[in-house]
Amino acid sequence: MEALALLLAATLNAGTVLAIAALGLLINERAGILNLGAEGMMLVAAIAGFATAVHTGSDVLAFGAGALAGALLAAAFGALVIWLNTNQYATGLALSLFGAGFSAFVGIRYTQEKLPERARFEIPGLADLPFVGPAFFKQHPMVYLAIALAMALAWFLYRSRAGLVVRAVGESPESAHALGYPVRRIRLAAVMAGGALCGLAGAYVSVIYTPLWVEGMIAGKGWIALALTTFATWRPARVLLGAYLFGGVTMLQFHLQGEGVEVASQLLTMLPYLATVLVLVLISRNPTWIRANMPASLGKPFFPGS
Amino acid sequence: MLKLEARPQPSGLMSWASPLLALALTVLIGIALFMLLGKDPVRGLQLFFVEPVKDARAWGELSIKAVPLVLIALGLAVCFRSNVWNIGAEGQFILGALGAGWMAMQAGPDSSRWIVLPILLAGVLGGMLWAGITALLRDRFNANEILVSLMLVYVAELLLGYLVYGPWKDPQGFNFPQTITFAAATKIPRLIDGLRANIGVLIALGAVVAAWLFLFRTYAGFQLQVGGLAPLAARYAGFSSRGALWTALLLSGGAAGLAGALEAVGPLGQLTPHVPAGYGFAAIIVAFVGRLHPGGIALSAILMSMFFIGGELAQSRLGLPKSITGVFQGLLLFSLLACDTLIHYRLRWQRGARAAAAAATAQRSA
Repeated sequence: MEALALLLAATLNAGTVLAIAALGLLINERAGILNLGAEGMMLVAAIAGFATAVHTGSDVLAFGAGALAGALLAAAFGALVIWLNTNQYATGLALSLFGAGFSAFVGIRYTQEKLPERARFEIPGLADLPFVGPAFFKQHPMVYLAIALAMALAWFLYRSRAGLVVRAVGESPESAHALGYPVRRIRLAAVMAGGALCGLAGAYVSVIYTPLWVEGMIAGKGWIALALTTFATWRPARVLLGAYLFGGVTMLQFHLQGEGVEVASQLLTMLPYLATVLVLVLISRNPTWIRANMPASLGKPFFPGS
Repeated sequence: MLKLEARPQPSGLMSWASPLLALALTVLIGIALFMLLGKDPVRGLQLFFVEPVKDARAWGELSIKAVPLVLIALGLAVCFRSNVWNIGAEGQFILGALGAGWMAMQAGPDSSRWIVLPILLAGVLGGMLWAGITALLRDRFNANEILVSLMLVYVAELLLGYLVYGPWKDPQGFNFPQTITFAAATKIPRLIDGLRANIGVLIALGAVVAAWLFLFRTYAGFQLQVGGLAPLAARYAGFSSRGALWTALLLSGGAAGLAGALEAVGPLGQLTPHVPAGYGFAAIIVAFVGRLHPGGIALSAILMSMFFIGGELAQSRLGLPKSITGVFQGLLLFSLLACDTLIHYRLRWQRGARAAAAAATAQRSA
């Protein structure tokens, strides 16, 4: 019973990383921009956050640095794809490759650094409840923030005027342009918001989740987050659900290893990647369903006046 | 202010000038980076652009990096031209090395030199198998090939790890994660004594010619490219998009597998967890910088190999991290994509709207 509670707690924690990144990507995909650079942004943000935490000792500043790094890289990506109309796939790949190289380059002097013991968080009263306490109420605040973020994003997209405009830009940039909305500036804002959230997720990985810096430590989480937005058919609540599902798969491997299951650790580590492939297969089987849910202009350039 | 204006026709000149412009931009940023790090930029540039090509021995080392890059990038060029986004070449490279490694471990001290052929074939098949999974899932289930091929890179890395830490570990290897050293007969022949360059160079050159013939002189190559440029026109003409998907992925998977095989029985001589060296990702940049053209790819693969060797030299001589290579590679692709805008658009100096309006008013009142 206690083991199950801990597994649930770990699942929420692992899912939080994916949820924050995927919610960010959801914003820019809703505005019609596909950013394959998520992995690169998260890597650079991870080292930016870790370095900030080492030098200042402040987690809040570290998260800020991560979000800023993500937003800046996303702005560079946005300038290229939105104003220079470069191919979104190729530019996103460039960002991922650059991010991997750049983070390894600046991170090399931090590979030996350690962060001090992290403070433990718990919600007074609720944390002492049997089972649900250790499972749900002894988490880092970011875990609850991710849930709040998903709800806020759902409200923003479906209940606010600004959200409607973002969706309009993603569905039909021509119409939004004809109505007088600054399509390109809105897209840049959406891309930067997405980058900031990917950055926040990256910093969470290096500062809280596995508090250290290792080259390539994001290990595909950015790509899995990209798959999650498709899996969730671009809906915030489903993103959250999907993220926890993947968090569960990630944690299951450690759980199985802990239980002494006689399978090599490398094969168990494959689970999240194989699960991503499986989920993509299941969700994409029906192309009309994907097409009905996908933002109509996703990945297509928009050049006003052409 | 500067404004982009669509060209009536794509500029042929710019499509050739853009890679050079991008290289110049990358070099400028590189100089700034060296100065920022307090290193002599001239010395830095020398390590990247002079040392790797200074003599025959250096060219031999360069060829070790350029061969896998050329092979993988040629396959990717076929993919990208048919609008199939295979970015998992790194995984296909690993499977090629695994296939070749398995075959090489079957060889004994009295195996014939011809065993190299089945070894390379096993590599090709390994790469094809891995790319075939992506093709199958895309074809049957419409699963996005970018994400699937990339996820399979991680799976391939873990599979390699599993094998060299587990069933394939050398029993006499002091528990190091590595296979046995392959028998001498499996080693692919070198071109010239004393240089590390091997027959992979000839294979790569042959592949450049073959890829050119396939893309520009065969009907199948033509069909692929129409499918990539204008999917609707291809469908109207009755060209099979499924056929194009399978051809592109199997070709590129086979090429990456061959590169992996040449690496396994060439410079490596055994399998370790360090088989993947980033060639599969760097080859994406090689393909774009080479304009998805076989000739261009041969040139850009040499350039990218200079980046790899320059990075190693920067580590040993300037004390900079080797990953500086990755920084420059990423920057080069970024600059290239930005410069490519000039193929379809030109820059026009346009007076700001307010200034133009003021000028118009002045004219009217005059």
